[in-house]
This record gives sequence, structure tokens and C-alpha cells, in this order.
Amino acid sequence: MGFFFEVLIGGLLAGVMYSLVALGFVLIYKASGVFNFAQGAMVFFAALTFVGLREHYALGFWWAFAIALATMIALGVLTERIVLRPLVNQPQITLFMATIGLAFFIEGVAQLMWGAKVYPLDIGLKDEPIAALLQELDMVISRFDLTAALVAGVLVTVLAVFFQVTRVGRALRAVADDHQAALSVGIPLKTIWAIVWSVAGFVALVAGLMWGARNGVQFALTFVALKALPVLILGGFDSVLGAIVGGLIIGAAEKLAEVYLGPVLGGGIEGWFAYVAALLFLLVRPEGLFGEKHIDRV
Amino acid sequence: MFYREAGQFKASYAEDQALFPIRQDRIGFIALLVIAFAVVPGIASDYWLTAILIPFLIISLAALGLNILTGYAGQLSLGSAAFMAVGAFAAYNIELRLPWMPALASFALGGLAAALIGIAFGLPSLRIKGFYLAVATLAAQFFIPWLLTKVGWFSNYSPSGVITTQPVQIMGFVFDSPARKYLLVLAIAVVLALAAKNLVRSGIGRAWMAVRDMDVAAEVIGIPIVRTKLLAFAVSSFYCGVAGALYAFAYLGSVDPDGFNLDLSFRILFMIIIGGMGSILGSFLGAAFITLLPIFLDILLTEGALAFNLNLEAGVTSMAQLVVFGALIIFFLIVEPHGLARLWQIAKEKLRLWPFPY
Repeated sequence: MGFFFEVLIGGLLAGVMYSLVALGFVLIYKASGVFNFAQGAMVFFAALTFVGLREHYALGFWWAFAIALATMIALGVLTERIVLRPLVNQPQITLFMATIGLAFFIEGVAQLMWGAKVYPLDIGLKDEPIAALLQELDMVISRFDLTAALVAGVLVTVLAVFFQVTRVGRALRAVADDHQAALSVGIPLKTIWAIVWSVAGFVALVAGLMWGARNGVQFALTFVALKALPVLILGGFDSVLGAIVGGLIIGAAEKLAEVYLGPVLGGGIEGWFAYVAALLFLLVRPEGLFGEKHIDRV
Repeated sequence: MFYREAGQFKASYAEDQALFPIRQDRIGFIALLVIAFAVVPGIASDYWLTAILIPFLIISLAALGLNILTGYAGQLSLGSAAFMAVGAFAAYNIELRLPWMPALASFALGGLAAALIGIAFGLPSLRIKGFYLAVATLAAQFFIPWLLTKVGWFSNYSPSGVITTQPVQIMGFVFDSPARKYLLVLAIAVVLALAAKNLVRSGIGRAWMAVRDMDVAAEVIGIPIVRTKLLAFAVSSFYCGVAGALYAFAYLGSVDPDGFNLDLSFRILFMIIIGGMGSILGSFLGAAFITLLPIFLDILLTEGALAFNLNLEAGVTSMAQLVVFGALIIFFLIVEPHGLARLWQIAKEKLRLWPFPY
């Protein structure tokens, strides 16, 4: 039983990391109705810029962080200007495909700028079990995972407050509901989009640092985003809470499945298990756990 | 001047509904077929046949399949490569287990197998749409190659999951040289493209387009939405499956499931975006574009580096490829959402009036 809980908790903590990436998706979707496939590329680009700056220019942690953040904001503003603005009022599916193109573009640019090698990233956290817990409860829980969970928790709280309370947050939700209506009551669509892409860039940077510290900063980071997609389906695309709960469920289910189902099915099921689980769930509840129900009108 | 329709009157419904109602198009199409069948195999080098023309035709078929689903029926799928894998492995197994089966029949059966799997993964489309569905199709993209690798039976217990295809033989005639393989692929591509062209003009095709434009409205006017959507998945997967079978049998010879990865699916999607969504011709134009662009970029970058005496880092070409692909997708979506096919149409309209401006 102890082993079960260990796997479960490990999965939950890994799920928090998925949530971190999924948050970036939810943010942009909530504020602009764009399902941003490029989020994974942004995570990769942010992390690569950060380690690239540290490696090539020997910058301190906070300097590199600040410059990487500035780069992400510039990227967000440029995306708004060059990609989103000309596509206002296009069907969502067109915007989605445009972000696939954007993902390719960012991945290419990131590697042209910093090269395609694997950078190690040390943010001062060791991926080792917490000694006290190991002795008291005989459970292996990594200090790193726990910190990541805390960071994600703080981010989520801040974002939830931001969406609910602030003026900008309310404007963001209005834009998400209806571009044209928001425009007509005087909400500056362009500014809102630039803001939200910048915030998404910030979330991508945090997620990139967390994932990069664990696995090294490399192209594979972009696949982390693919892991975040089933999380989104499960949780609902437009719910911050959904991203968190979905992440926890997917993380836990995936680890449990790998440990208990994996040997039966031949291993390596982590790659698709989340997708198939999310797919089956969709058949029952198409809008996800916390997603808004959508009513079609002719 | 060259493209004047004056004097071509349509006197019957049959003439009005013809595949190529304008004489110039008809002549052009026949000329193209004659060149492709009679001239190209004679003059093209083996490199052109095996490295460019055969993959181009095969991938066009896959793009055609995705175009039926996405461009005509409006269901975005990111799993086309997975259905190609199903087609390839099904055709391989049919040839393996039933050696008497003619090659063409096993390709068709491979396509049918892909169609069945396509229907299964198309089921979510009845409840979800747009990018929810796109994400759901990723399930197929990750699940199917895994299954093909893990279950030994599919690859005849080859340890790495790689299959080596049997020689293609039709009525005792062996398609072994590049030129013969090219002709085989070309013939299948032409037949399937014409079938697709006819299909999208039929009632089924119009039902697809109605569903694409607004599925609720389509349902209200009495289009059986379940059947229409699932049929789109089936037909689309059939095309992808046949393309996959040809990919294995006529192009690579030996394939492994991981070859049919997300990257290939994306490339097929890019083909239909650049070529033109909802256009048969566009599938071919897009496929040609995406097949030729990397080669062109490669030459350009290598020559450019030589000319400016630069030392190119390894892999720069592939990164530049990503950048160019990405930029082109965004460019086309913004500037010309109907792709190269629309540009061709505009060119024809201009030619109709040329040399007069109006």
C-alpha cells in the first residue's frame, strides 16, 4: 500500500508540472479564444533563452530571468501584431492552425539562435528525496517536485485573483466571451491580447525553468506541451481550476497506469494513455470537467 | 487569349456538370496525363523518380485524404500519419497471410482497414469539434504506432517493429524498377484523385460542405450528421491508408511504425493549408510545394554558404526549414486562406481577360 501511495503522490506532483504548462494554454484561450498550440514552443524558447543567456554571456540568475522575460513579452507583442491581429474574426480553427505554424517558427528560431544542443539547467534545487519524509513515513518525495508544486500553486492563485478581481482580468474575460462585443464597449482588444500573450510568456518561462531543471533544456521540452493537451481536454479549456485538477488526475493516472497496467500491456504506455483516457472522457462529457457548456445556435 | 471560353455553350445538364466543363482544362488535363504517363518515365532520372516524384504522388494521396476530412467536411485531424501506418501494416499483413491476394486488392484492403480505424477514432467528432477534436485525434497518432510496435503479430514478430514489404506483383508483372513503381503509383493516384473529385461534387460532398460550414444548420435541413461525419472519416482514412500502403510498398520498402509520426501528420496538414483547403488540385500543389521546399532550401543554403564563405552549423537547414514552414503557414492563413489552388484560379481568371484589364 505504501508503494501505491508513493506512486500516487509522485504522479500528482508530476501532474502539477503538467498543470503549469496547461495554465499557459488556458490563459490564452480564456482571454482570446485562441487555442495556442505554440505554448510548448514558447516553453522551449523561454527556457532556451534563459540558459543561452547564462551560458554565453555568464549572466546572473535574475538578469537572465529578466531578459528572458523581456524576450517573451516582445514575442507576445509581436505575435499579437503579426499573427493575431490580421486573423481577427476568423474561425477558431484557423487561429489554431496559425498557432501550429507559429510553433514551428518559434522552434526553428530558438534553435537558430542558441543551437540544438542540450543545456543542463541548475536552479539550485536538487531532485532528491526529502530526508525527513523518507525516515518518518518511508516515502520517496522529491524536494524538487514539491517546490514545483508550490510554484504552480502560487501561480494559479495569482492568476485566479488576477482574472476575478482586476480590471484587466475582467476585460480579458469579456474579450474571451465575444471579441466584437468587447470591442464595441471600448475594450482595447490589441492591448488585451498583448497583455495576455505576455503573461502566457511569463508562465511559459516558469514552466520552462521547472521542466528544464528536471530534464535539461532541449527540443524534447516542446513535447511537454503535448502532455498538457489531454490535461486540458479533461479539465476544460477555459478553466484555470480545470488545468490544475486535470493535471493532477492525468499525472496520477499516468503513473499508476505505467506501474500497474504497463507490465500487462508491454510498457511505454505513458505516451498515449493520457490521450486515450481523455478521449474516452470526452465521449461522456465533451466540455471537460470544469469547462463551460457550449450551446450551438444557427 | 489563351483561356477564352467564348463559343463553348453548355447545351445539356451533362455538359454543365462535366468534370472539366471548359475545353482548355480538358485538353490541359489530358496533356498532363500523357506527359506524366508517357514522357516522364522516359526522361526522369532514377533519383527524380525515387526521391521526388514517387513520394510526392504518395503524399499527395494522404493530403487528399486529409483535405476531404478537413477541407471538405471541416473536421481537423492531426492523426493522418497514424492512418497511413494502419494502411501500410494492414497491406503488409494481408500480403503475408494471404499470398494469393493481388497487390492492388491488398492496397485497397489496407485502405479499408484504415477506414475502419478511422471511423473508430472519428466517433468523438459526433460530440466534439474544432480543436477539441484535433487534440482527440492525437490519441490515434500516439496510440496506433505504439500498438504496431508492441504487438509483434503486426510486424510478423520483427524485433524492432520494422516491416520489409513484399515485391509488388500484379498478374505476374513485377513492379521493381523506379519507373515501374512510379507508373503504378501514378495510376493509383490518378484514379483516386478523379474518384475524389467526383465524390466531392456529389450529394455526399455537398453534405460534407454543409457540415463544414455549420453542422447544426446542416442537421436542421435534414442532413444525417452522424453518417456524414463518419463517412468523411472513413473516406479520408481510406485515402491515407492507401497512401500508407504505397509509402511502404512503392517508396521505402521497409518502414517502422515510428516513421509515421506526428511530424508527418503535420507535414500533411501543412500541405493542405498551403495547397488549399477544400480543393483536390490544392492537395497536389501543396504536396509538391512541401516536397520540393526542403530540397530547394537545402540547395539555397549550401550555395549561399559557399558564396559568402560561411561555415554552416550542422542542422541549420532543418531549423531553417521549421522557420520557413511556420512562416509560410501563417502567411497563407492570413493572406490567402484558400492556398495555392486559389492563386491558380485567380491566374486563370486573369488569363480569361488577358490582355485587357476588364
